[in-house]
Amino acid sequence: MDIKAYIILSLTLFTIGVIGVLVRRNAIIIFMCVELMLNAVNLLLVAFSKMHAMSPAAKALPTFASDAQIFVFFIMVVAAAEVSVGLAIIVMMYRNIHSVDINFLNRLKN
Amino acid sequence: MGNYFSFPDLLIWLPLVAGIICFLCRKEQSAKTISILASLLVLGVSIASLFYTNDKKYLHFNNVNYIWLKYIGANYFIGIDGTGKLLTLLTAIGFPLVLMSASRTKYVSAPSFYGLLLLTQAGLMGVFCSLDALSFYFFWELALIPVYFLASRWGGEKRIQATFKFFVYTFTGSLLMLIGIIYVYLQTGSRTFVDGTVVAHSFSLSSFYNAALSSKEQFGLFWLFFIAFAVKMPVFPFHTWQPDAYDQSPTPVTMVLSGIMVKMGLFGAIRWLIPMFPAATLRFNEVVIILCMIGIVYASCLAMVQDNLKKLVAYSSIAHIGLMCAALFTLNPVGIQGTMIQLFHHGINIIGMWVVLNMIERQTGIKQISQLGGLAQKAPKLTILFVIVALANIALPLTNAFTGELLMFTGLFQYNHWYAAIAGIGIILSAVYTLNMIQKVFYGEWKPVSNFFPDLSITEKLVLVIIVALVFVFGVYPQPLIDLTKESVNQLLMRLK
Amino acid sequence: MNMVWLIPILPLIGFLINGLGRNSLPKAVSGFIGSITVLASFVLSLLVFMQVKAGNFHQTLHYFDFIRLESFTIPFNFTIDALSSLFLLIITGVGFLIHVYSTAYMHEEDGKDYAKYFAYLNLFVFSMLLLVMGGNFVVMFIGWEGVGLCSYLLIGYWYKNEAYTDAAKKAFIMNRIGDLGFLLAVFWLISKLGTVQYDEVFNAANLAKLTATDITGITLLLFVGATGKSAQIPLYTWLPDAMAGPTPVSALIHAATMVTAGIYMIARSNALFSLAPITQSVITVIGLATALLAATIALRQYDIKKVLAYSTVSQLGFMFLALGTGNYVAAVFHVLTHAFFKALMFLGSGSVIHAMGGEQDIRNMGGLHKHMKITSITFLIGCLAISGIPGLSGFFSKDEILAGTFAHSPLLYGIALFTALLTAFYMFRLYILTFSGTFRGTHEQEHHLHESPNAMTIPLIILAILSVIGGYIGVPEALGGHHELAAFLSPVVKSTTHHLSHNTEYILMAVSTLLVIVSIFIAVFRFRRYSTEQNNVFTKWLENKWYIDELYDAIIVKPIRGFSNFLNQFVEKRIIDDAVNGVGRAVNYGSRQLRWLQSGQVGAYVLLMVIGMLLLFIIQLFL
Repeated sequence: MDIKAYIILSLTLFTIGVIGVLVRRNAIIIFMCVELMLNAVNLLLVAFSKMHAMSPAAKALPTFASDAQIFVFFIMVVAAAEVSVGLAIIVMMYRNIHSVDINFLNRLKN
Repeated sequence: MGNYFSFPDLLIWLPLVAGIICFLCRKEQSAKTISILASLLVLGVSIASLFYTNDKKYLHFNNVNYIWLKYIGANYFIGIDGTGKLLTLLTAIGFPLVLMSASRTKYVSAPSFYGLLLLTQAGLMGVFCSLDALSFYFFWELALIPVYFLASRWGGEKRIQATFKFFVYTFTGSLLMLIGIIYVYLQTGSRTFVDGTVVAHSFSLSSFYNAALSSKEQFGLFWLFFIAFAVKMPVFPFHTWQPDAYDQSPTPVTMVLSGIMVKMGLFGAIRWLIPMFPAATLRFNEVVIILCMIGIVYASCLAMVQDNLKKLVAYSSIAHIGLMCAALFTLNPVGIQGTMIQLFHHGINIIGMWVVLNMIERQTGIKQISQLGGLAQKAPKLTILFVIVALANIALPLTNAFTGELLMFTGLFQYNHWYAAIAGIGIILSAVYTLNMIQKVFYGEWKPVSNFFPDLSITEKLVLVIIVALVFVFGVYPQPLIDLTKESVNQLLMRLK
Repeated sequence: MNMVWLIPILPLIGFLINGLGRNSLPKAVSGFIGSITVLASFVLSLLVFMQVKAGNFHQTLHYFDFIRLESFTIPFNFTIDALSSLFLLIITGVGFLIHVYSTAYMHEEDGKDYAKYFAYLNLFVFSMLLLVMGGNFVVMFIGWEGVGLCSYLLIGYWYKNEAYTDAAKKAFIMNRIGDLGFLLAVFWLISKLGTVQYDEVFNAANLAKLTATDITGITLLLFVGATGKSAQIPLYTWLPDAMAGPTPVSALIHAATMVTAGIYMIARSNALFSLAPITQSVITVIGLATALLAATIALRQYDIKKVLAYSTVSQLGFMFLALGTGNYVAAVFHVLTHAFFKALMFLGSGSVIHAMGGEQDIRNMGGLHKHMKITSITFLIGCLAISGIPGLSGFFSKDEILAGTFAHSPLLYGIALFTALLTAFYMFRLYILTFSGTFRGTHEQEHHLHESPNAMTIPLIILAILSVIGGYIGVPEALGGHHELAAFLSPVVKSTTHHLSHNTEYILMAVSTLLVIVSIFIAVFRFRRYSTEQNNVFTKWLENKWYIDELYDAIIVKPIRGFSNFLNQFVEKRIIDDAVNGVGRAVNYGSRQLRWLQSGQVGAYVLLMVIGMLLLFIIQLFL
């Protein structure tokens, strides 16, 4: 398939993720949007990796141009770590202010 | 002398060390004694330096050159020539007078007060002795900081605003100068040190003089430097910090400010501004003179309607400095010579004025002319000495200021006779406000609320008598000062060719 | 000649002794020291004068270099020639008499103030001597401002009174305005000739270097200085106010010496002024106008000292008239005779005031002749002298001035003659109202009336004698004399008036004498039986001095004050200060706005991060 489709899909997902992070107030939703962003990037990486593997020059490389696909695993590991730590913070936050609305987090003010 | 200590070294480090010792004192009396003794010692050194004038070559006399920041080419390079000797002598004479006159007032935590004053002296000496741009800038700021503390801690009611304005204003000017210094630094040639290291640029005075600056660069740099000095002097319209600062500072600080610190501005122009940028000076000197002339008339007019004694003297100081600056920028040998000797005379005279005002303020607590009157009835000796100092300030013949003004006006007249006529209006107006002040404060009926007003004490009498003696000695025979600064004037003019 | 420097130094020493020792010296000692120094100077001046007269030499004594630059030098030197030695005699001679007079007049002051008075008087004599002995314009200027200073100090002598100190301030400031003119002339000379020395400036070769504009400008500026010091239009109003000072001060400073400094200066610079016809016309017109104006005002003054003050201004106007017509010798002559009779009359008025216990209004006097014969007779001699009655000194000097004016322009002569008649009229009005008729004062004043002590009357007598015989050194050829004064002054002062034929001179003299006598008789008859003088509009103007003071106040003092206030309120406070404070306020405002960035909202931070990243991407695309 044409690489363009994958790029557009990935960008769309990423943008949705970004806007979601900026706009939404619920912390859990924000996490989901962050995951969305990460997965959009994953998608893009895999697509490019496959595209690269299909080209003639890739046959000479030892890894068959699958570096990006390996990198996806790294991203997933990071995402997992981040989610666990983040959810722990959200639990603590909930315990203190009984809400997951981020607008209440303004103790850094002034 | 020469190998271990040189005159400029002593002049800077003595007050510095004495200041630090003062800080460590516990009792007020010991701080006072140490400070006065130290300042007298500095005076001795300064007078001794006057005798060592065998080598009259410019910048090559009694110098000290220590390597400071090697890799950027900045040295601790100090030395004194004619002008430097004159101004260090002024500082050396002025500070004992200031300290003696200050010793009569009780200040809270006095040791720090006297210590800070001595630090200021060290800074001032450094400014007048520096032959290296970075040390010049360093001492320039060093002189400013203790004054800020002095004024903000021991000043009048509105001191915070006044000192804040003073500090920010002056500092902005100095920053502009720093930009200028760095720019010129980057244009200077390389320099080789004794041990063989070669540095790409150098901060020393001679390399600054020889820096290759195109005319366009000179024009811009001239204004950068000039604004810094103009704020210091102050020149209209950069003067608005001055009346408030003089008013709110404790009077000994005002003595230092108006007697010596304003000379920093003029000295900067003489030593750094004009020689470094001859093309720009020739192009812009008319503008500067016009600014100064406006300042003279403006400040004299304002002095006439002031009710606050200290502000009145502050405005009169602006007028005097305006004349000195204008005469300097006429680039006329007579005018420049007049400014040089007037630097000294004005310092002495204005310190005299402030000494008297200090006494009036201390005894009556009043600064408003409208609330004062008839002081001559209780303090005739003070009146007479004050009248003499006031007349010296308006340049009566046989006083020192007359010799300076005669030369300055001659120079200004030779430049443009209409300017001399307009500046002459300043002479008339100065007589008006000075006589007005004398009449309202000293003559007439006794007005202040309290009846207690002792006449002069011994210390004050001594201070005023010394000032009056200097007024008359140099009024009748000003030639020594002229001889002292003649070389500097010539060197300055040669740079302009 | 080596003792010449002592002449000014002795009074200076007197000043120092009296000034520093004023708290401890008894009155008799201070008075003695004050007077003896001036007497010593007088003796030395006499010796100098005789040497000059014998050898007729002209010498400059150099003491040290005041200012020495590469382009010019201002030495401190004295010049001793005919003109300066003559003035030396006047200053020290009349000065000494006035010092003696003061010892009695100021007797009521307490010791400290008494000594202060004599200190100031001695300082004045010192400055005046510097002025006339100076060898260049700068030394003259030192003395010039010095006498202005002493005038200020002495007018404001009774410093508790605000009106007196106001008068002193006015005198000093008007003097200063004139001094600015003088200084500008000095600068002009330095820049054109590189010297201020008399012998160098008046050297024909140097004079040739000056263009006509130079000469006119310099002389006009010098004349401005003279109008300030010698009370001519427009800077004369300080002189009548200066009567606030003690009467001997008025006699010495404001009659005999300080006010003649302007005339001295112009006489000294006659070489310069003779080359400036425009200036000379200006001087003539102003001199004559001043003389006339002051004479008219004097007609209606009631304070005995004010009449004399305006009379002085008027007589000074005559002297300037003479200078303007090139008649320098006549001007100097009139200085001499005027010093005698005006000092005499001032001292006489002091005697009257003393006797009247401080009263100065002539409407409350009258018939004093009975009680104070010496004062009265000497005063009468003074009046006769100033009116120009033949035989007395004033006649010779005034007639010479009038003759010179006639040679210049008969119209001006007419006005001058009219002024001379007014002079006689108001002087005799003063005399009659004060000394003859019936006493109009209070009863206790009448009891107090007495002749003054010897210390006061003897100077009066001496001055009266001088007023009589002083004119004989200047007897003109028309009357058979040799005019010794002119001959004496001729090396230094060269008059440029035309000579009139002897017949014209006789006619002029006869006319003026006759008219003066008529004028005197009119005055005597008018005021013999004194009734209150009616005031119509015109005389009200005269009495109020033509409202000139009010005019000055309105067009100079108030506008300057208003302008300064405007500068203070508007420009200083609003424009400049606000501009600076405005910068501060702008920075404050900006910071407050920027503070909103620190909202503490995490969401906002993230947004900013995203925006920043986007910006970086975009920028990176272009670089």
